[in-house]
Amino acid sequence: MRLELVKRPQQSTLFSALSPFIAFGLTIVAGAILFAALGKDPVETLYYYFIDPLTETWSLHELAIKAAPLILIAVGLSICFLSSNWNIGAEGQFIMGAIAGSVLPVLFPNFQFWFVLPLMLIMGMAGGAAYAFIPALLKVRFNTNEILSSLMLVYVAQLFLDWLVRGPWRNPQGFNFPETRNFHEYAILPEIWSASGRAHWGFVFAIVAALILWFMLSKTLKGFEVKVIGQSPRAGRFAGFSAGRMVIFAFLVSGAMAGLAGISEVSGAIGQLRPTISPGYGFTAIIVAFLGRLNPLGIVAAGLILALTYLGGEAAQISVGLSDKVVRAFQGSILFFVLACDTLIHYRVRLVRPAQKAEAAHV
Amino acid sequence: MDHTDPSQTEALLAVRGLTKIFGSLKACDDVDLTIGRGEIHALLGENGAGKSTLVKMLFGSLEPASGTIFWKGEPVRIASPAQARALGIGMVFQHFSLFEALTAAENIALSIDDDTPIMKIAERARNLSKAYGLPLDPFSHVGDLSVGERQRIEIIRCLLQEPELIILDEPTSVLTPQEADKLFETLERLKGEGKSILYISHRLEEVKRICDRATVLRHGKVVGHCDPKQETAASLARMMVGLEVQNVTRDVPARANDHRPLLEIEKLSRKPATPFSVALRDISVTVHAGEVLGIAGVAGNGQGEFFEAVSGEALQDRADTVRVAGHTVGRLGITQRRLKGAAFVPEERLGHGAAPAMKLSENLFLSRYRTDAREYMGAAGTIRTSRIAAAARRIVEAMDVRKSAEDPEASALSGGNLQKFIIGRELDREPKVMVVNQPTWGVDAGAAARIRQALIDLARSGSAVLVISQDLDELFEMSDAIAVMHDGQLSAPIPIAEATYEKIGLLMGGADAAHPPRPFEEEAV
Repeated sequence: MRLELVKRPQQSTLFSALSPFIAFGLTIVAGAILFAALGKDPVETLYYYFIDPLTETWSLHELAIKAAPLILIAVGLSICFLSSNWNIGAEGQFIMGAIAGSVLPVLFPNFQFWFVLPLMLIMGMAGGAAYAFIPALLKVRFNTNEILSSLMLVYVAQLFLDWLVRGPWRNPQGFNFPETRNFHEYAILPEIWSASGRAHWGFVFAIVAALILWFMLSKTLKGFEVKVIGQSPRAGRFAGFSAGRMVIFAFLVSGAMAGLAGISEVSGAIGQLRPTISPGYGFTAIIVAFLGRLNPLGIVAAGLILALTYLGGEAAQISVGLSDKVVRAFQGSILFFVLACDTLIHYRVRLVRPAQKAEAAHV
Repeated sequence: MDHTDPSQTEALLAVRGLTKIFGSLKACDDVDLTIGRGEIHALLGENGAGKSTLVKMLFGSLEPASGTIFWKGEPVRIASPAQARALGIGMVFQHFSLFEALTAAENIALSIDDDTPIMKIAERARNLSKAYGLPLDPFSHVGDLSVGERQRIEIIRCLLQEPELIILDEPTSVLTPQEADKLFETLERLKGEGKSILYISHRLEEVKRICDRATVLRHGKVVGHCDPKQETAASLARMMVGLEVQNVTRDVPARANDHRPLLEIEKLSRKPATPFSVALRDISVTVHAGEVLGIAGVAGNGQGEFFEAVSGEALQDRADTVRVAGHTVGRLGITQRRLKGAAFVPEERLGHGAAPAMKLSENLFLSRYRTDAREYMGAAGTIRTSRIAAAARRIVEAMDVRKSAEDPEASALSGGNLQKFIIGRELDREPKVMVVNQPTWGVDAGAAARIRQALIDLARSGSAVLVISQDLDELFEMSDAIAVMHDGQLSAPIPIAEATYEKIGLLMGGADAAHPPRPFEEEAV
């Protein structure tokens, strides 16, 4: 017996709706097997993963804090991926946005006015966009593969940040710890509802960005252009759209979103620059973007789910003693199952019985 | 139908009740076919009649749902092309599968299963090419060869397997009349050696000329077996189409008062964009209001490059190289040229003229978001979906586009129906200049007639129409004058009254172009 994929004449609406749930179910099953194989109680582990973090107010705030950068970066990336620009370097753009936005509070700590924060946010977006512009320009001018160039620039950004906080930007009163001075009060992104928890305005930015980009993608000519060029570059050229300008546009938007996420994280959640400011948000956002089917509204949901796996992963590490490598592998399996289940939207599965084939050998 | 045929007992290949179903469509429905030894058998039918499906089942690339194939009287199952080859069935496809960067011999070597040394293959290929009058240098690079020469590689590759039955799928669709004549000689020679040929075509004249028997398919069913030499082209066409094809009328009088030049191209040259594309050299041509100008030529002689240059997908160095309705547009892109009144229909429907995964209404917007911005766009760049959907419905109705859903994805339509939609999308704008590349390629006869008539009507209403086509019959039917493109150059237009198939055919072969004909045509034998 053999499985065959048969192309459906039309996309299946049923499976478009069901596929994320099937994928989630399969992830749970695969996770349970994985945890059991590691000698953990699968039910308990899954409970800490998916239920426990939702039971308390403070951890819901943590959820919003984790989800904010994921959603912000992922909605930007959706523009890139929909237009077939494979920006894998959002992590680097996140870091560069954080660095550019931190210039004011770190180098000019006495410059304290109300407009410092808005300036920081703008500089953060500009920094991320400028860093994303490098692979975009290389692609347009020299036809460089943007996957490689954007990915390699991540490591450059990480090492640059490391050098800054250990060298020129190190806190003079910081006992030689590798970190910058703490941001002053005008440079801190405030909490949304400080009475109940520490979630900051970054989450609001993420929701607003998702709404704006959703509107752009589904209702405007620019969004149409993004989709045409991504699906069918030659038809895009026939329509009169410029593929080169689209590369620049997509990278600038996603870079700016990643940069905004970076400066929001630093000024909202951390309050200073450190050698490591991201647990891999820029990479996880790629999963989030695809989990949300490159639809900004879907990405909001996907960002919350992935944030939950971060929190749940931490909870499971603490309470069940799971290794963080296993936590990463489990996250990766979500993307794997989502992409695999999406096959069902375009194909149906058919069983081919071996009896027929045996006859064929008769010749 | 021909169960009394005495040759059936010793038929090389017989097919009984072969059926293939795709979804709800019976692509082949209870097909019977008998091919005797040493016979050239024609398989006739319109596009979509089931010819390709039938042949794919014979060649093992598709599995029949029911029915039996008899090979030399024995029932066989052909599960793969390799099995078909082992039986002695060879096939030359309509679309070649050759690597342009490799030599002819290397391409042949790739298809041979054992590891015969390349020199030996070249030697055998050379011998075959001599024996069958198919001049070919085994060491020439495919990228340098004409389409006719590439077809010879495919044929020789097929002959090397020493097949007893050779299937040829639309072999002359890419050849000049003279090249086709050479091919027919080869086929006669093969027939003389007792080999059988299944010849797929919709060109009735050549079927009448070379085929001994014909099987006609319509909507997946055999509608008749006949001796094509006893039939007329009209009677064969009737069998294929099922009703008399309505002839296009070109005699509508043009509006006499207006003969302004609407599309003027002056000394258009273009360097090849890739190593395998053709350079355009000094092309000058003018199309006037009320006129249909046809551009004939064998595929791959620069038509695609020319279309891109005229449409503005590729820009010119000088602004006055191309003029649309008097405006110089050489430095303007396709959107600006559309705004000056031009409309374009490229050769590839899916992926060029239309985005496959987008709905028809979105594909309408694709080429008209700017020219009809006032109608289709709101303030702040928003799209007015309902108006576009209404316009799409209007076009579907006007062009009789058959579709399975209200607003299906472009890729869900058959080639002919999508082409009707794409042509309708541009006609709906009432453009002053219309440039069409291969308007009816792969379109069934009824739809093709409709498309041609629509283009002629557009010209008669005062627009200029430029039609690039490989189908000479089509050009003779539509055009007021025909120019020929060969090797990136364009001949002077020949008024239709003076044009003959022979004259055009010679130009297609490169007869009077400044460039000498390709060297292998004469000397390689």
